[in-house]
Amino acid sequence: MNPVSDLGALGFVLFWGLTALAAGVFLFRGYQLFRLVSLGRRSEKFGQVIKRALTALGHVIIQKCQFKNITREDRGGVGHLFIVWGFLFFVTYYFFFIVIASGFGIPDVMEHNKIYGYYTWVMDFVAPFIVIGTVWGIIRRYIVKPARLKGQQTAEALIILITVLIHPITHVGKIATQIAAGHPPAGLGILTPPLSTAVSHLYTNAATIAKWHSFWFWSHWVFVLIVLGMIAYTRYLHMIAGALNDLLRRTPPKGTPERIDLNDPSSFGVDRVDNFAWKQLLDSVACVVCGYCQEICPATFTGKKLNPRLVIRDIKTNMLKNGPFITKKQAPVLPLIGENQEGSVPMEAIWACTTCGGCMEVCPVYIEHVWEIIDMRRHLVQMQAKFPDELLNLFENTEQRSNPWGIAPADRAKWASGIETKPFEAGKTEYLFYVGCAGAFDARNRHISLAIARILDAGGISWGILGKDELCCGDSLRRLGNEYVFDRIAKDNIKMFQDRGVKKIITECPHCYHTLKNDYHQYGTDWEVIHHAEFIRGLIKEKRLKLNGNGDLGKVLFHDSCYLGRHNGIYDAPREVLARTTSHTPAEMKRRLNRSFCCGAGGGHMWMEESIGKRINHERVEEALKEDPRTICVCCPYCMTMFEDGIKDLKASEKVQVLDLAEIVARALQ
Amino acid sequence: MLVIACVKQVPDTTQVKIDPETGTLIREGVPFIANPFDTHALEESLRLKDKYGFRAAVISMGPPNTVVTLRKALALGADQAVLLSDRVFSGADTLATSFVLAEAIKRLAQEEEVAMVICGKQTIDGDTAQVGPGIATRLKYSQLTLVDQIQNVDLTAKKVKVRRKLEGRHEIVEAPLPAMIAVVREINRPRYPTVPMRLKSEITDVLIWDNKVMKLPEELVGLKGSPTWVRKIFSPQRTKGQILGDGVNKPKEAAHLLIDTLIQKDILAL
Ligand code: SF4
Ligand code: SF4
Repeated sequence: MNPVSDLGALGFVLFWGLTALAAGVFLFRGYQLFRLVSLGRRSEKFGQVIKRALTALGHVIIQKCQFKNITREDRGGVGHLFIVWGFLFFVTYYFFFIVIASGFGIPDVMEHNKIYGYYTWVMDFVAPFIVIGTVWGIIRRYIVKPARLKGQQTAEALIILITVLIHPITHVGKIATQIAAGHPPAGLGILTPPLSTAVSHLYTNAATIAKWHSFWFWSHWVFVLIVLGMIAYTRYLHMIAGALNDLLRRTPPKGTPERIDLNDPSSFGVDRVDNFAWKQLLDSVACVVCGYCQEICPATFTGKKLNPRLVIRDIKTNMLKNGPFITKKQAPVLPLIGENQEGSVPMEAIWACTTCGGCMEVCPVYIEHVWEIIDMRRHLVQMQAKFPDELLNLFENTEQRSNPWGIAPADRAKWASGIETKPFEAGKTEYLFYVGCAGAFDARNRHISLAIARILDAGGISWGILGKDELCCGDSLRRLGNEYVFDRIAKDNIKMFQDRGVKKIITECPHCYHTLKNDYHQYGTDWEVIHHAEFIRGLIKEKRLKLNGNGDLGKVLFHDSCYLGRHNGIYDAPREVLARTTSHTPAEMKRRLNRSFCCGAGGGHMWMEESIGKRINHERVEEALKEDPRTICVCCPYCMTMFEDGIKDLKASEKVQVLDLAEIVARALQ
Repeated sequence: MLVIACVKQVPDTTQVKIDPETGTLIREGVPFIANPFDTHALEESLRLKDKYGFRAAVISMGPPNTVVTLRKALALGADQAVLLSDRVFSGADTLATSFVLAEAIKRLAQEEEVAMVICGKQTIDGDTAQVGPGIATRLKYSQLTLVDQIQNVDLTAKKVKVRRKLEGRHEIVEAPLPAMIAVVREINRPRYPTVPMRLKSEITDVLIWDNKVMKLPEELVGLKGSPTWVRKIFSPQRTKGQILGDGVNKPKEAAHLLIDTLIQKDILAL
């Protein structure tokens, strides 16, 4: 039976004509999107093509995108697994047993063998899974309506889910007619495909079986072709764009935006969609609107006007709207920033991001929201000098006095006035202890610097400081889009470190850590940067610290800071140190590890007002208090400030104290 | 029409200490900044430029490294920067300084009519608040000090209307142009330079006028032209405070005691 050749030449014309039409629609739109995406500026080069391709392929097959988001609370991804894995079988089937077999008129060759038999048998089991996955998806989206899918009950999504459902149904219908007609797939003897066999009993009228077969075949193929056409126009696109986005991912750590070229004015920031890098535009096309990012985002969660999903959507809409004009060298019709409509990113959204990286961590298709947001900040700061008022002081203080508060640089070493410290000198001291602005100037955080100094001495480490010559690392400025000044600070720091022969750096602050390690790496540096949590773990492992149990810390709860955890993958070190120091595994909050919740200070927010919605630090402190700790352990001076402030605001200072990991260790030293 | 902002580069006084032995400022390693009041003067001149289409010039008298501060002014939007720098100008007090600045403004006025000269109320290193008025007097400009708002500039009637911030009250004053306006910090919030402007300022020339250009009599400029002599600079001794009453247990009585004492010492007026 071959419903194509049964119709003679007309059958082939119809088959290939329809196929070509669908492929044409797909390719036409694909080309359009390609043109739009390539309006973007050039981006960093990337190499290792084969490795990348294999990784991306592997990710698709094992569905890493889903596994990273399946949690006890949200099992939606499981349905997706059923569908995708089922679909991989179907796609293979389409290629061999429809396109090649029927399209070339050789079903006898393709189907009269054991492989076909085995394959259809397997497909009989796969098909129900797709049905289950899809029905589950429909129920979740349209009846259960979890927060993540809020407002996502669109017709488009429903049509997509229904078109998914049609594949297994038409397939089984077709195989069943084959069996009913007495041509069961060969090769399995008595093991005929169970589902199709069961269905085949419904065909009692032998005369109409051939017609039914033809019907199922053609309706099946037409639906496949409809889906092919739809891929390029609907959210189905994520299958391709998402995989491409994975393939073409940037290598630098997330949260580190590209360096800009100060000779190229078009790179000072983005206020037109074609000023984005092509990769950022591809990001916008790849979004599958899953909503994972909006669910984890601390700004969205606390009622700010930022939703990372909508930022990406707006970029895409803007590209679709303006693209045709830009291609014709005309001015864009819809501004990228600040209009109150879809396709334009609200100013408040751009400033509300704490660059915590949550969105990028959960995004199944590796979108880099933070890079996009910083690029728009860059435009606002560098091209328009438009930013929240509070930041003026920060910018000027950092530029003039190399610290956010504008305190006299001569006071930088004051934190150490009561202890003995050596200046860093290559050859005489091994490690540079880079204290950072908070550790040097902020009264509370100076205690952490002292604790670290004590630990380093106790461990017999040879270390030195830069004293009053130390400069700000520039983290806040960079995340806030002030790349020009950051660039100068970075170059000054790098020159000083190189002049003084610095090779190994211990930092107190995760932000300094990230900046010295990852941001400066873009300037070709390759020194070793170690955060104190990691360093202390090393000391404990090497048995260089004599610890005496726990002191009186009560229940210790650990908070992951974004720039240590998510941005740099350091989750275990502080936990291990706590376990060894207090002899107890630290307590955890519900949102922890890579799903931790920001303290609210990152991305320059340490220096900004927070007037809309709930304060992020209040949200986090409330979450912490639910665990009823006596001590909250942090590893970051910003987290320290945010937690202490939050605890004061929530009148919990009597119950709970905040300590840095270093303080806890220093207290336990004998 | 030209609006001119006068700017002084000063040591960052938050970082200056006085050597108790010699009574002089320890300037070593102390960075220079634009006098904070002058940044508001500059900002106001730029706002006038934006609003009325003036050309904005900025002038300063100081050592050659003042170019840095003037470049910043260019980055913020000034169209022209003039530095008055010559050995013979150095060591000037307010009399000699206002003389040189006034002469420079005259030179600028030969090329283009000057509408207003804007100065900061005072500098953070000298704190005299005399240079602005000095310039106005020498040039016979209207003199408007302590201005916290420029309300209107009427170019046909050649008048300017400003608001002066006085103790406990405001005063609206109208005066004929040209005028010298000395501003307080509340008048505006200085802007931040954009990167293209910064880059442009780096390649814009700062005009440097020395005394070969200015041709001023040496006995009227610099140290020689300055009748003021600084005898001594010192940090005043702070006497330790005194605890009055028992604020913890009898706050009301303690408060009364405090008020009485302050009135006695003439710190609080009734
Ligand atoms: S980085 Fe954090 S704050 Fe910024 S958009 Fe992503 S999740 Fe929200
Ligand atoms: S940006 Fe990523 S996480 Fe957010 S909705 Fe799109 S695909 Fe999902």
